[in-house]
Amino acid sequence: MKADPAGVLTGAHYLDGDFACGEGAMAAGCRFVAGYPITPSTEVVERIARRFPTMGGSFIQMEDELASMAAVVGASWTGTKSMTVTSGPGFSLMMENIGLAAMMETPCVVVNVQRGGPSTGLPTMVGQADMMQARWGSHGDYEVIALSPQSPQEAFDLTVEAFNLSETYRVPVMFMMDECVGHMTERVVIPEPDEIEVVPRRVTEKSKEDYLPYRLNGHLVPDFARAGDGYRFHTTGLTHDERGYPLMSAECQEACVHRLVEKILGAAGEIEHVEEEATDDAEIVVISYGITSRVAQLAIEMARERGIATGSLRLVVVWPFPERRISELAGRVGGLVVPELNYGQISLEVERIAAGRCPVWHIGHGGGTVHDPETILETILEAARAAA
Amino acid sequence: MSDDRKRAAGDDGRAGAPLAEARTEIRITGFGGQGVVLAGHIIGRACAIHGGKQATMIQSFGPEARGSACSATLVVSDGEVLYPYIRGTDILVAMSSEGYEKYRDELRDDGVLLFEQDLVHPTFKQGQKSVGVPSTRIAESLGRAIVQNIVMVGFFAGVTGLVPEEAMRAAVGGSVPAGTEELNLKAFAEGLDYARHAVTAPTLELRRPPAEGVTV
Repeated sequence: MKADPAGVLTGAHYLDGDFACGEGAMAAGCRFVAGYPITPSTEVVERIARRFPTMGGSFIQMEDELASMAAVVGASWTGTKSMTVTSGPGFSLMMENIGLAAMMETPCVVVNVQRGGPSTGLPTMVGQADMMQARWGSHGDYEVIALSPQSPQEAFDLTVEAFNLSETYRVPVMFMMDECVGHMTERVVIPEPDEIEVVPRRVTEKSKEDYLPYRLNGHLVPDFARAGDGYRFHTTGLTHDERGYPLMSAECQEACVHRLVEKILGAAGEIEHVEEEATDDAEIVVISYGITSRVAQLAIEMARERGIATGSLRLVVVWPFPERRISELAGRVGGLVVPELNYGQISLEVERIAAGRCPVWHIGHGGGTVHDPETILETILEAARAAA
Repeated sequence: MSDDRKRAAGDDGRAGAPLAEARTEIRITGFGGQGVVLAGHIIGRACAIHGGKQATMIQSFGPEARGSACSATLVVSDGEVLYPYIRGTDILVAMSSEGYEKYRDELRDDGVLLFEQDLVHPTFKQGQKSVGVPSTRIAESLGRAIVQNIVMVGFFAGVTGLVPEEAMRAAVGGSVPAGTEELNLKAFAEGLDYARHAVTAPTLELRRPPAEGVTV
């Protein structure tokens, strides 16, 4: 369906990534946000709190991040598209209830404007070190979806995509911005409402008598019933059967948890979103995401001027990981170069997929600023020499 | 080769090139409360929304309470801006002495300094063009010292010619609080006018002779 015009601020704007993310959420149909202020993410909710009254949305400043995430889970069960917004320290506090959202199959979006860590780290400066936490931060087995924008324009576009994915797969979607993109102001074009495709909540067509909350209906993602519509059902973080009631058995665990993993990994082909440039005849491919991908692009141009056939693969959706594509590249290139603002997270996944078929060159960085393009260039040149 | 690429590679081949035709790196600095970030936002918006250019603005986020040094940076380019931060300054706009002292050394040898002449007393450097404006006094003469930043934006427009005047004017009108457009556009016009009379573009000659002992 098309976006509700009430939430769409059509036009060309000069917005920072945080504001653009907020606009993306409203365009996607988000009408509930709960959060606790934290730099560098607060502007997202400032924007939303100011604009929500014009479209019937509710923003609650909660007492902390645990409560924020809990409120988002509850609101989503009323059928309202819901989101919370935070940065590293708050993200850590949200983990338990992110697991609850995953287990209860609650569509929602969690925005993490990443700053330098660990702990309170660098509140006002960039980091990309929460990428593994986005995937593994809560206990137990589950899969999430994570996206990483490289510009304010993408902060808008991909927030819409994040909501659509969360609705399609009934899963918390991690929107992994970074401080640089969040606090960077650039031109952002917001399309007309009828040019924005949004996925509505897939509410069950079954009668109240026939409905079971976790019974599958020809699809690995079960039908949804809104709290308040008169459907009587139970949902819990405990391992549950199709009625949503706790059932403590290995068989039920297998059915319940395996499906949480499979509904995402099995659909990875549809969820994956990468942007590739000149990978076909590349000798070296740079794999990057978020703000680092812009700096990497500069290094790639410099390497090409020095005669190195260098391609780019940008992870727009980071989780699920584009394993098949990276595996194909690993089988035929001379090296994969992975710059990121951490000391080895996505590079580990690349190494796992490459499985020794080509060298993987990680360029770590503690954050606080972005890489120097020259540093990335040096590694590309070194990788090319090693491959020659 | 992108403009970004030239700058990042340290290939400073644009000396003498018009400011409007390459990656131009700008810092605006002043004290908290002067509207430093809004000034940066207006210039960026003029370029990116009304001027057909790419403009990436980054505001400094630190413990910058009202009254302390604060700054915003802009990268303006005809092509895509890949590296978002500045690596030197082509145009430094200093609205406070503290801001000037903090950032003066990053101004390139062929850079341009615009300064609030009652608040900033720069050390002139050979090759750098330096032009002052009494923007606070001009704003006060309009009845509201708070529009000092918009006077400076007008002065910036007149001195640099980075984007057409109309683009800057549209950005001012679209960025200030509703109901204050007229005052702000007046402030902009005053700044622009001062630049026209103070400076002979494009050579950016000093209006005031330098103080004794200062080398220009």
